[in-house]
Amino acid sequence: MRFLTFHQILERKSILLLIGILITVAIGGLVEIVPLFYLKSTVEKVEGMRPYTPLELAGRNVYIREGCYTCHSQMIRTLRDEVERYGHYSLAAESMYDRPFQWGSKRTGPDLARVGGKYSNEWHLEHLANPREVVVGSIMPGYAFLAGTKLDYRNIGDHLKVNAMLGVPYDEEMIAKAKADVLAQLDEDSDDYEAFAARYPKAPVGNFDGNARDVTEMDALIAYLQMLGTLVDFTVYDDQANLR
Amino acid sequence: MQQNSPTLSFGEIGLFFLSGATFLYGLMAASRRVDPIMEIHGYLIAIISLAAIVLLAARATKAGKVQDHADPYNMDVVKAGVIASTFWGIIGFSVGLVIALQLTFPSLNFDTAYLNFGRLRPLHTSAVIFAFGGNILIMTSFFVVQKTCKARLAGEIAPWFVFWGYQIFILMAATGYLIGGTQSKEYAEPEWYIDIWLTLVWVTYLLVFLFTLFKRKEPHIYVANWFYLAFIVTVAMLHVVNNFGIPVSFFGSKSYGLFAGTQDAMTQWWYGHNAVGFFLTAGFLAIMYYFIPKQANRPVYSYRLSIIHFWALIFLYIWAGPHHLHYTALPDWAQTLGMTFSIMLWMPSWGGMINGMMTLSGAWDKLRTDPVLRMMVVSTAFYGMSTFEGPLMSIKAVNSLSHYTDWTIGHVHSGALGWVAYISFGALYCIVPWLWKKDGLYSNKLVNWHFWISTLGILLYICAMWVSGIMQGLMWRAYDQYGFLEYSFIESVEAMHPYYFIRALGGLLFVLGSLIMAYNLWKTVKSGNPVVARDTSKTPMLRQGEAA
Amino acid sequence: MTYFDLAVFSKTWGMLFLIVLFLSAVSYALWPSNKAKFSDAAQMPLHDEEGENDE
Repeated sequence: MRFLTFHQILERKSILLLIGILITVAIGGLVEIVPLFYLKSTVEKVEGMRPYTPLELAGRNVYIREGCYTCHSQMIRTLRDEVERYGHYSLAAESMYDRPFQWGSKRTGPDLARVGGKYSNEWHLEHLANPREVVVGSIMPGYAFLAGTKLDYRNIGDHLKVNAMLGVPYDEEMIAKAKADVLAQLDEDSDDYEAFAARYPKAPVGNFDGNARDVTEMDALIAYLQMLGTLVDFTVYDDQANLR
Repeated sequence: MQQNSPTLSFGEIGLFFLSGATFLYGLMAASRRVDPIMEIHGYLIAIISLAAIVLLAARATKAGKVQDHADPYNMDVVKAGVIASTFWGIIGFSVGLVIALQLTFPSLNFDTAYLNFGRLRPLHTSAVIFAFGGNILIMTSFFVVQKTCKARLAGEIAPWFVFWGYQIFILMAATGYLIGGTQSKEYAEPEWYIDIWLTLVWVTYLLVFLFTLFKRKEPHIYVANWFYLAFIVTVAMLHVVNNFGIPVSFFGSKSYGLFAGTQDAMTQWWYGHNAVGFFLTAGFLAIMYYFIPKQANRPVYSYRLSIIHFWALIFLYIWAGPHHLHYTALPDWAQTLGMTFSIMLWMPSWGGMINGMMTLSGAWDKLRTDPVLRMMVVSTAFYGMSTFEGPLMSIKAVNSLSHYTDWTIGHVHSGALGWVAYISFGALYCIVPWLWKKDGLYSNKLVNWHFWISTLGILLYICAMWVSGIMQGLMWRAYDQYGFLEYSFIESVEAMHPYYFIRALGGLLFVLGSLIMAYNLWKTVKSGNPVVARDTSKTPMLRQGEAA
Repeated sequence: MTYFDLAVFSKTWGMLFLIVLFLSAVSYALWPSNKAKFSDAAQMPLHDEEGENDE
């Protein structure tokens, strides 16, 4: 094997070109991305944001896995009709624990940023299983199979741990209790419920899929949908404080 | 890197170890059963690694007998790229047709886990962008860099590693989507282990390309190679930064990204828009700058313009990402920057379009006689159209209407079908007779049919999406006389039905066109007339327009 | 770091930097002594057949 000569390796023009390209394409990204981490005004100060409960996080992962983001946005823009149709425009703070973000790019279906609490658990169950039975004219695929698939939450504590490493405020207790908290969110009368509710205020609770025997992916997905956009307390939010 | 001894090269030994390591990893990941996705992918990794080991062993046993470098160029890997890109193109377009039909007739989702729209849509986008477009780019770049440098591709096994490694990436990504492995970042859906693999392949690609440039026998680096280099380097940067993350388990498929919320959105669309800018634009402009002059047998209209075009394009494109996030929770200053640069981008884009089109200046009659050249020139026209529409849509006021609607889908496809696919088809039609040493294509008539059928398809597609997109946008913001929103969301969905049907029809025509192309290329290879053996040093290669 | 600091910097040094960058690219492309080089390079795709290696 014959190596290139020293001169060839450092061939001047192509290296200059390479460096020129790198500098040219680095500028835009640096200017647009880096300040977002340092400007304090990027993420607003709000009351009420908390990390996802273990069940909600699992549901969020089902949402991601099924590609819901390909048709549903989670970003209400600051436009009059959107605010009237979906609710208060979305704040950066509301997705500050979202890895990855689910703002979406297309509304083949409606925005879901504030779908939490708008419909009952039964409505979601029926709608996810048979969309056209509930909304005539819907073109959404049916997801009945979620109700028949048991949720795999053996490693849910690891999921919380990785999020904590990345900066989501999950504490030791939340990580240790992650598996128990999945069950607690499904049953208001369980012994663990009170501690769970203290850890995750405003978390929706109930047997989401109407099946008390199993913890299913449908449970997790509905738990996630039912909390979307419900956390921030807009009665104390000052939208003039966050001009940017 | 010449090598005539029967011993193994460093690359081959390295690949042996790599395959062994991935084989063990695959088996371990499959047996740990952290999640069903990695269980399947673990076995897949193990099988692919085993196949690689067997192939490497077979190569090693006959290494001594192979007479290397009879050919001054490595064109076998380019031929493989032609086959792969044609194959993936048809797959990608067909999946697009399937999901277009699913939106028209939702029962076609069959309500299964594996074939619903949410999982097939990333399969479609990745198949057309990365499998079809990516193979076209790798294939043509390997061809152009060798020809314009008058040097054989650097490395012997390295280009093949790039080719097969890239196919493995596609296979892993595609099967991953179907079984639910995605990190939901658009056009960057594959999970962490596939990202790492692609990084390895891509860095090798960069090195092969760069070392071929080093070996060149020409003083200049032709401008097409600038565009290829910018595409390769920038995509590497975008891919790595956008996919920073931590896996939950080293033997599991799920990972969480380094960035969250607003910062994640900005990083993703910095990536996403430059997948358009560098993958789907810079790389294909390189094709334009080589194949149009070559096929027209005239130098590019203005080489000086191409230099300004190059630097302006790569500088401006990288800023355009925030126009995907107008009126969102992204800070206003970033939105304004994104809009400003997107509008400025119009200028270099049209500079490039003029440069490509005006190369025909003084020889416009070739458009009549050479359907391949016509396809490529029409592709620059589509490029001009979509790079005018893009800046328009990046204006905040326009974007407030167009965003989230089918208008965006129509815009993307006028660029993807009209520009990217057409310049790719043109390149395929040019390169197949060159590579297989035929005096022309099997049938220019079939090229004509392909052109008109798919042009009709594109027009149906984008017109349907303009109407449906603008209608959607207007319905969402319509108020009745009492000051209430006039339409419920589902009314806007129902109104889309006829346009979704027309779009699917357009898609069907486009798929048909690509099948005609595949047949034509196949017949060219199988039964085209060989170039008559003459003193090749004096004979210019025959052009399509003159043949048949 | 505040938004204001960043805005001032972009409107002064940032602006200057972009202008210099633009002018250098344009002057490289249009510099008269580069003309021959570029018209030479423009011919490259047309003269890249195998037999011409030894020129």
